[in-house]
Amino acid sequence: MADADTDRLAARRPLSPHLTIFKPILTMTMSIAHRITGAGLYVGMALLTLFLLGAAVGGGAFSAVSWIASGFIGNLIILLIVWAIFHHLLGGVRHALWDRGLYMDPRGRELLAQGTLVGGILLTLLVLIFKTLAS
Amino acid sequence: MVEFALPKNSVVGEGKTWPRPEGAERLRELRIYRWSPEDGSNPRMDTYFIDADDCGPMVLDALIWIKNKIDPTLAFRRSCREGICGSCSMNIDGLNTLACTKSMDEIDGAIKIYPLPHMAVIKDLVPDLTIFFEQHAAIEPWLRAGRDPEKERLQSPEQRAKLDGLYECILCACCSTACPSYWWNADRFLGPAALLQAFRWVQDSRDEATKDRVSYVDDIFRLYRCHTIMNCTQVCPKSLSPAKAIAELKNMAIAQDEA
Repeated sequence: MADADTDRLAARRPLSPHLTIFKPILTMTMSIAHRITGAGLYVGMALLTLFLLGAAVGGGAFSAVSWIASGFIGNLIILLIVWAIFHHLLGGVRHALWDRGLYMDPRGRELLAQGTLVGGILLTLLVLIFKTLAS
Repeated sequence: MVEFALPKNSVVGEGKTWPRPEGAERLRELRIYRWSPEDGSNPRMDTYFIDADDCGPMVLDALIWIKNKIDPTLAFRRSCREGICGSCSMNIDGLNTLACTKSMDEIDGAIKIYPLPHMAVIKDLVPDLTIFFEQHAAIEPWLRAGRDPEKERLQSPEQRAKLDGLYECILCACCSTACPSYWWNADRFLGPAALLQAFRWVQDSRDEATKDRVSYVDDIFRLYRCHTIMNCTQVCPKSLSPAKAIAELKNMAIAQDEA
């Protein structure tokens, strides 16, 4: 009887709030960003494949996919993909270091997380500057 | 399973605002998660005001003040009030920590208090830690060695030093319940606290079951659900590094697989 009561009570217990109440600390945010950029790169790769496919076939097929790399939308997509590549790449380096047990102290992990964030943006800006100078 | 939204019965509503203490010059506002199995309703956030001049400096002091002077039905665990028993772990101002060692002065504005995240709530700030302690038991947190020796098992100072940063764990569950991987996979991922303890026994020079211990955790879920998110290490109220212990365990597991 007591057991049945306990089970019935246990089944009614609410789940305490988690993601929505947790402070968005940098290392967690960067982990989420790593996942999002990783998923984004799948989309980026699909778009790149589509573009190359269109270019290979040529003619009407190319004009159907040319928006991927031209105009405001195209440039924005490319900029986002470039950023996602750099951010994800630096995130990979950060994780490779942590997997070896390096830079896990409070200073080290903050520096690596900040480095990934700032580095990804700086490298993207660098590409943007080169692109502007070249055109 | 990754389930971002709370179940229907767990969505938190607005609760009641309790009267302010009379004649208080310095008020402090606390917003506290409340749920009781007797209510038959969803959890809610109650608002309390304490007289800061009549109350100790820590969050636990405020909780005890509320329980004594405003609302005796408020439920929370506490014992030592000095950060060694691990009872009063809860989510304060967005981070898991011990109420007894968290100063109210460190927090701006209203102090928000929730139970440890993604846990079944027994009442108010008291979560069900059954699975958490089963996971600790699963890593066999005791000395595994052959027959009892004639005299004590000696350790050199260097061997003993390897346990520093590991033995201090008070099993408050702040780390495990701060870990998103643990939120989504608590049934199969051992979580940072149990893994830190697994590593503590792996590091013990007197223990003879190192290979067994590493083999036990060497599993895609038990160990490798850790994605180095680092929340465990960020919140540990004893400043330990479960993330580092897990990284070392992963490297030992890889080395053992290759041997």
